[in-house]
Amino acid sequence: MSGANRIAGQGRLTPAKTARFTFDGKAIDALEGDTVASALLANGVHLVGRSFKYHRPRGILSAGPEEPNALIDVSRDAARRQPNVRAPVQEVFDGMKVASQNRWPSLAFDIGGVNNLMSPFFAAGFYYKTFMWPKAAWEKVYEPFIRKAAGLGVAPTEEDPDHYANRYAYCDVLVAGAGVAGLSAALAAAEAGARVILVDEQPEVGGALHYDLSVKIDGQNGYDWAQATAAKLKAMENVTVLTRTTAFGYYNHNFVGLVERVTDHLAKPDKKLPRERLWQVRAKRVVLATGSIERHMVFANNDRPGIMLASAARTYLNHFGVAVGRKVGVYTASDSAYEAAFDLKRAGVTIAAIVDNREKPGDAVLTEARKLGIEVLTGHSVIDTKGKLRVSAISVARNGGGSARSIAVDALLMSAGWTPSVHLFSQSRGKVAYDAASGRFLPGTYAQDCLSVGSCNGTDGLQATIEESLAAGELMARATGNEGGGKVELRGENAFEWTGGMAGAGEGAGADTTVKAFVDFQNDVCAKDIRLAVREGMHSIEHIKRFTTNGMATDQGKLSNIHGLAIASEVLNREIPKIGLTTFRAPYTPVTFGALISHSRGELFDPARKTPMHAWEEAHGAVFEDVGNWKRAWYYPRSGETMHDAVNRECRTVRNAAGLFDASTLGKIEVVGPDAAEFLNLMYTNAWDTLKPGRCRYGIMLREDGFVYDDGVVGRLAEDRFHVTTTTGGAPRVMNHMEDYLQTEFPHLKVWLTSTTEQWAVIAVQGPKAREILEPLVEGIDMSNDAFPHMSVREGKFCGVPTRLFRMSFTGEAGYEVNVPADYGQAVWEAIWARAEPLGACAYGTETMHVLRAEKGYIIVGQDTDGTVTPHDASLSWAVSKKKTDFVGIRGLKRPDLVKEGRKQLVGLLTKDPNVVLEEGAQIVADPNEPKPMKMLGHVTSSYWSENCGRSIAMALVAGGQARLGQTLYVPMPDRTIAVEVSDMVFVDKEGGRLNG
Amino acid sequence: MADQALRKAPLAGRHGGSAGARVTPAAPATRLSLRAGTDAIGTLSLAFGLELPQRPKTSASISGRHALWLGPDEWLLIDENGADLAGIAAGISALHSATDVSHRNTAILVSGPDAAAAIAAACPLDLGKTIFPVGAAARTVLGKIEIVLLRTGEEDYRVECWRSFSPYAFGMLVDGAEDAGL
Amino acid sequence: MLLIYCPYCEEERSELEFRHGGDAHIARPTNMADITDEEFQEFFFLRDNPKGLIFERWRHIHGCGRFFNAARDTVSDKFYMSYKAGQPKPDVPGVTSAAATNENTGGNAK
Repeated sequence: MSGANRIAGQGRLTPAKTARFTFDGKAIDALEGDTVASALLANGVHLVGRSFKYHRPRGILSAGPEEPNALIDVSRDAARRQPNVRAPVQEVFDGMKVASQNRWPSLAFDIGGVNNLMSPFFAAGFYYKTFMWPKAAWEKVYEPFIRKAAGLGVAPTEEDPDHYANRYAYCDVLVAGAGVAGLSAALAAAEAGARVILVDEQPEVGGALHYDLSVKIDGQNGYDWAQATAAKLKAMENVTVLTRTTAFGYYNHNFVGLVERVTDHLAKPDKKLPRERLWQVRAKRVVLATGSIERHMVFANNDRPGIMLASAARTYLNHFGVAVGRKVGVYTASDSAYEAAFDLKRAGVTIAAIVDNREKPGDAVLTEARKLGIEVLTGHSVIDTKGKLRVSAISVARNGGGSARSIAVDALLMSAGWTPSVHLFSQSRGKVAYDAASGRFLPGTYAQDCLSVGSCNGTDGLQATIEESLAAGELMARATGNEGGGKVELRGENAFEWTGGMAGAGEGAGADTTVKAFVDFQNDVCAKDIRLAVREGMHSIEHIKRFTTNGMATDQGKLSNIHGLAIASEVLNREIPKIGLTTFRAPYTPVTFGALISHSRGELFDPARKTPMHAWEEAHGAVFEDVGNWKRAWYYPRSGETMHDAVNRECRTVRNAAGLFDASTLGKIEVVGPDAAEFLNLMYTNAWDTLKPGRCRYGIMLREDGFVYDDGVVGRLAEDRFHVTTTTGGAPRVMNHMEDYLQTEFPHLKVWLTSTTEQWAVIAVQGPKAREILEPLVEGIDMSNDAFPHMSVREGKFCGVPTRLFRMSFTGEAGYEVNVPADYGQAVWEAIWARAEPLGACAYGTETMHVLRAEKGYIIVGQDTDGTVTPHDASLSWAVSKKKTDFVGIRGLKRPDLVKEGRKQLVGLLTKDPNVVLEEGAQIVADPNEPKPMKMLGHVTSSYWSENCGRSIAMALVAGGQARLGQTLYVPMPDRTIAVEVSDMVFVDKEGGRLNG
Repeated sequence: MADQALRKAPLAGRHGGSAGARVTPAAPATRLSLRAGTDAIGTLSLAFGLELPQRPKTSASISGRHALWLGPDEWLLIDENGADLAGIAAGISALHSATDVSHRNTAILVSGPDAAAAIAAACPLDLGKTIFPVGAAARTVLGKIEIVLLRTGEEDYRVECWRSFSPYAFGMLVDGAEDAGL
Repeated sequence: MLLIYCPYCEEERSELEFRHGGDAHIARPTNMADITDEEFQEFFFLRDNPKGLIFERWRHIHGCGRFFNAARDTVSDKFYMSYKAGQPKPDVPGVTSAAATNENTGGNAK
């Protein structure tokens, strides 16, 4: 038997299909299709958790995603564990482990329960006041204590072994919610031929039809009609039906996020299945059929296990076959709860009494209650409850006073009426409007192409809901250009139309400050807390919310918001709409990080860009560094070498023999067209019309404000064709910058830009033996110094494949950069290596490249410049044309601050002790004995040990640096102060003779 | 005279996907980034032997040669038979820009009944039959990278991307194909 | 996530394919080298950040690659229209521009 409270013949689960799980280590027998909540209730377990602040015993309040109390920890194995799962949402599977949360040492005996006794110290807003003094105690005492005590469940510590999927989808009509309204709307839209996506968070469609047995549609039982309709929709090619799928966020331009729970209900899921699938849906139209949520009654001690929503009890009975008690009381302000009593009574459960705080309930339900022999106390309230770990009795009194009568119960069902679920509507930026007649916030002004239907739209009555939904479905389909199908008609009947409902605190909520009448169960907010907030001066609902934390828990106040508002309204003596409703934010219910990240994990987290020669570099022991998304060879340590050793060896080898360097990642842009030179004249500070085909020039690109944006060598291949190089990290932004000017400022120029970064593999061969290495591999290019001087480019063949061969240098040595089509890169590299290695050359990485260029004072944009450096600051004035009348940055360079004396300028620094290597980023001062705060003159931008100089070298941005050559400055460090001398930036081969090697 | 260097494709040896969506690297092809104003379209079409498309999101294909509209003055030309597209371009006098991108791009083929769903794992384009029919082509994104997507058949797509992004694209499409096939 | 109509592709495409490009209709002075500090400040640094209607630049960077302009409401994110680069600033029927009284360098190229 799957639980003593399972009633034979009730519900839709199959008794033969069982599943077994554990709750706090104790085996629980359940049926397939049970939720954790229904299975626990079937086994008489009401106590499932402790509350957040007071650690009060808590039970199952609802049968849906609005559940604030029954938060559990669910695990499949050590790594697959999820805290804060709502018990009425989690389906059981064989072998699952469920644990209660927020209790120690055990659920029944919880030390934290002392908070309940201490509650006078935990009044609303307590954390804004309590931990203010003494200040020193915050860090050592208060914060560690709060951190330990705060939070709900415990996060898993192991990496999530599951995988998650993503799907972009488009449709004409997205229908959120598959109750009567959603199914009707989807049916009408689908019949008209629209591409429809219908989603529902529950395992099956049906919504309220799960519990409402009195509904018939076209003569068929409502729940059966729902399943048949879903089956019909699923069979249509233009319809996608997604169950166990929550529409959690409604974003701009009808973009709706769905999360589909694929395996959380399966005992042994296929490993291929993602745990969850994120659907990013762009819908032309949206129909919101999200239903409504029943509210609880607010009265003293309304939070004991066994006290739950009336509709929840109906769901447990009619869908799961579980009676939530043997002797059940009902406390209501709405007709809807009567039907729970009727269903339970017919199933053989004793109804102790229906306590209705209204004088006049609906006639129909009153008549039916009398017929069933149920005692109804109208104009009465439940003013208190008893029971330690489960409710055992209720105190009932006539409204307005009088003696209380105690009635023994083992469960209490309550209903204060229904709150339309306007969450998605509100997320869509629609404005809700207060309907005073029904006391509800309903969709008012729409902001996007959507329509609300059914109870989330305040539509009462089954037939009215059906007709409204059918019409909306058809309207949305027609609006998106679908002309198929005829009119869909459905006929609904139900037993009772509901009246009633209330918001705010009932009679038993007490006026005093000690009664705990819960408004927000998850954050332990009571009616008295809202009143306190108002007394302390919070008059806006946004302030009251933050002061009390009402509605700020993970359930986002699905039950509590309206009650909180009504209580504030009463105390403030202002109408509810004048106080306003807080804005609903996505997600509707919590969404896992896994679903949001979906495929972007491990190797798919970010692209790892590798050059064509990567495999060779890896095979030759390269250590890689990340440069943007690129993996670049950093250095090539040989056996026993440290990084320092390897870099020193590489630096020596390049200057003494030669080195091979993979420069493929540098950005390349092909600039083609008759106006190419004119365009480059505008984009760079240099003059390009004077550059002859076959020659190269170092170019500087500024932003309009005059600061250095990028640099690189540009080769002219023909009158109308340039090969532009950019920094590795700057490639995409330089391309965008150029396109921006070309398209929007200089559209008259006949020139086109194409990124060729990845077309070419680039092998830099630098050093005195560079030409000797390359010459035999080259065809059709005269390699002599005269024919092919420094800063030239030639086209020809290299190893039999087309090449663009550059004579250029970023090391100060004679050097070449061999460009070949990328797929040939590795073979060409290997051919060069086969010649280079016997000549004593080495492969070198980015670290050596950095040291060698620093030895020559060549800057790296983004390292030696930071977006506030002009060409003049970087001693690059020679590269700025004096003749041109326009280029980007020409006016910015003349701004008063950019021509001012004393700007920070790039200079070299030599430490007085040649063995000391400065730290990059270290600050520079003139007087080491100046009291703090010292005047900072600038900072170190580049600093290395230079093996070739036999000492450390550095570059720095220093205020008025050019005028300080020879001066001694100081670099204060935590443990010492380092004296440095300002120098020029060329540390090796000041005459530059080696370039012509 | 050195031996001719051997070509090494970035996705050599990879395969993957599911029964519903096979993911395979395409064979090497020649490619051209072609830019030109409206005036030159006739001349260029004649020279390349296929009508350069002028409508957004369209392409033209003749025996293994494709011209994809990428922008109002931009086409991606692909020749699966390795014809010397750059050579053809060099002989055209009408004003245009032709840049060889044969090695910049590589392509991945996604085929099978679930091919569209596989791509939809990371591509935000609407791949519906009427909105992205056979022959449709567009530059778009796949996860964190840029791709050019060409629908070559009812169940066949060609995904072009830059070579260093191709392992990422391949992995993403395989992930998508595995999920689409469930 | 926005859905943006590209006037070159002639359809709405996902925001993922686009990059925002700042305020529209701020033309670069043709006599750039000669403008005053005040004019440069106006051209380069000062923007209005209006609540409501804004004219802004977008680039369909992962699509057709074109820059274009759009009129959008900064509160609702509703796009009133988008149009090709180089076209003059249009009237948006029924909407008055918060920036209309604060035209700066004008122009129609950018």
